[in-house]
Amino acid sequence: MKFKGKVWKFKDDVNTDEIIPARYLNTTDPKELGEHCMEDIDPLFSKKVSRGDIIVGGKNFGCGSSREHAQISIKGAGVSCVIAESFARIFLRNAINMGLPILEIKDIRAVREGDYLEVDLNSGIVLDLTEHKEYKAKPLPRFIQEIISSGGLLKWIRKRGMDAKRTK
Amino acid sequence: MAYTITEKILLDHTDKKSIAPGDFIYAKIDLALGNDITAPIAIQEFEAIGAKKVFDRKRIALVPDHFTPAKDKKSAEQAKILKNFSDKHKIANYFEIGRMGVEHALLPEKGLVGPGDLIIGADSHTCTYGALGAFSTGIGSTDLAAGFITGCVWLKVPETIKFVYNGTLKPWVGGKDLILHTIGDIGVDGALYMAMEFTGGAIKALPMDDRFAMCNMAIEAGGKSGIIEPDNITRKYINSEGRKVKGIFYKSDEGAKYRKVIEYDADKIEPQVSAPHLPSNSGPVSRFKKVNIDQSVIGSCTNGRISDLRVAAGILKGRKVNSRVRLIVIPATQKIYSQAIEEGLADIFLKSGGVFSTPSCGPCLGGHLGILASGEKAIATTNRNFRGRMGHPDSEVYLSNPAVAAASAVKGRIAHPDELV
Repeated sequence: MKFKGKVWKFKDDVNTDEIIPARYLNTTDPKELGEHCMEDIDPLFSKKVSRGDIIVGGKNFGCGSSREHAQISIKGAGVSCVIAESFARIFLRNAINMGLPILEIKDIRAVREGDYLEVDLNSGIVLDLTEHKEYKAKPLPRFIQEIISSGGLLKWIRKRGMDAKRTK
Repeated sequence: MAYTITEKILLDHTDKKSIAPGDFIYAKIDLALGNDITAPIAIQEFEAIGAKKVFDRKRIALVPDHFTPAKDKKSAEQAKILKNFSDKHKIANYFEIGRMGVEHALLPEKGLVGPGDLIIGADSHTCTYGALGAFSTGIGSTDLAAGFITGCVWLKVPETIKFVYNGTLKPWVGGKDLILHTIGDIGVDGALYMAMEFTGGAIKALPMDDRFAMCNMAIEAGGKSGIIEPDNITRKYINSEGRKVKGIFYKSDEGAKYRKVIEYDADKIEPQVSAPHLPSNSGPVSRFKKVNIDQSVIGSCTNGRISDLRVAAGILKGRKVNSRVRLIVIPATQKIYSQAIEEGLADIFLKSGGVFSTPSCGPCLGGHLGILASGEKAIATTNRNFRGRMGHPDSEVYLSNPAVAAASAVKGRIAHPDELV
């Protein structure tokens, strides 16, 4: 899976209250949540962002609550992929489980806002087409790749059989 | 093989013979929790994939606590999804308004979680139950849907950081202060993906409510879980007030491997305050005495328990809330609410000029019951002070323990309880 998009840069420790403020959690509608994406950091973000654009964060991206409204909102805003130095753990697993492409790249803060990136999810190679630089993502563990290639956690479960795998 | 308490609990919930940090496991869960924000998505996903039945109707808890009693039509629709799902699948632990409470105070109170359990909850503060010696972690709605279907969760076995708190706590210092101090020390990603094991003399003497407050905020350091080895205080709690919780009292082995061990002189720690906009901006309360406040919130899954209300009432008794401050007290559960009335605490809050509300997450996440206007400042016993968390993006939240929040309500600025008592 490959895609190209323009970079929108964000700070360290972007939290889920900033990605989608709690005042909008009374809905699960992707369009409505997308309209308020990143609103408390940049009220105009959802208007400026174009389909396919890429969010680049610093460390601990997505810290805070467990709300999947964050991923729904990012997808709803048209963002194709989130790249960060590191992700908060619940945000990371929600993204994997829901099929929002994410990449962890240690030196990604070198890219500049407005740069165009080409992302190859399979190889984890990111090309900065504006600056002509290459970045390489930390490879995802095999187990995680299996979930992603199934199309998310629930499809992975369906593939394995829906019955409880419990012995208790 | 020497294991930490976390590794032992995880191992016993798999079919594996051994386990190591970094391993991916598919573990059995003892309880799966959802609320009115996260469960609707899980239920939609459960239905979208064509699942017909839940793995065990007694091992699911659904708690409409965030935007309830429903603050608007959309919230009412969200809560209705939980109610309908609970009816359809005969969910044993669905808690309607009036019997409800903030989930992380409610489940231990009801005896639904205990030592040695593996609990997942679609709420980041699910890590609270580690206070009972359980492995307990926040997950998302999709994980919850998968848990409803299979009774299992995928996990990466975390490394553990051991935090040792030596000494005896000063007056007015509790679990909240220990955890704010710790987060200030290691940062909001200081325990990213890791288990935080709290131990030492100060922890062994720490009452149950304080242990809950501490483990509750493990997530604010990026932690996967917080945990305290169960002991006689735990045993007493799980067997009191009509609870009869069976549990396994796991202990970390000598020689268990830790990512690191961090020691604190707990007797040197002052009551803490975390300044906006991160829980890690913590320091002794004396540093913040010039901050005027507009609102003081006492409640939440962190500090809305009966001992928190008792401490606050002790300070407010015979005193008045500053004329330009709103004091909002929200007991965490219906039982605590009723207990606070019986003990005369509610009367103290009302006579001091505060409001006393039915249980709800309320203003903690900017839902309702005390939203801040632009430029306003609040002190709160809650767990997060992110930008805009309690309302307007230009408002500010300072985190503290209940004694500091009560003293500040009286003084009209952030205050040490010693200034009054």
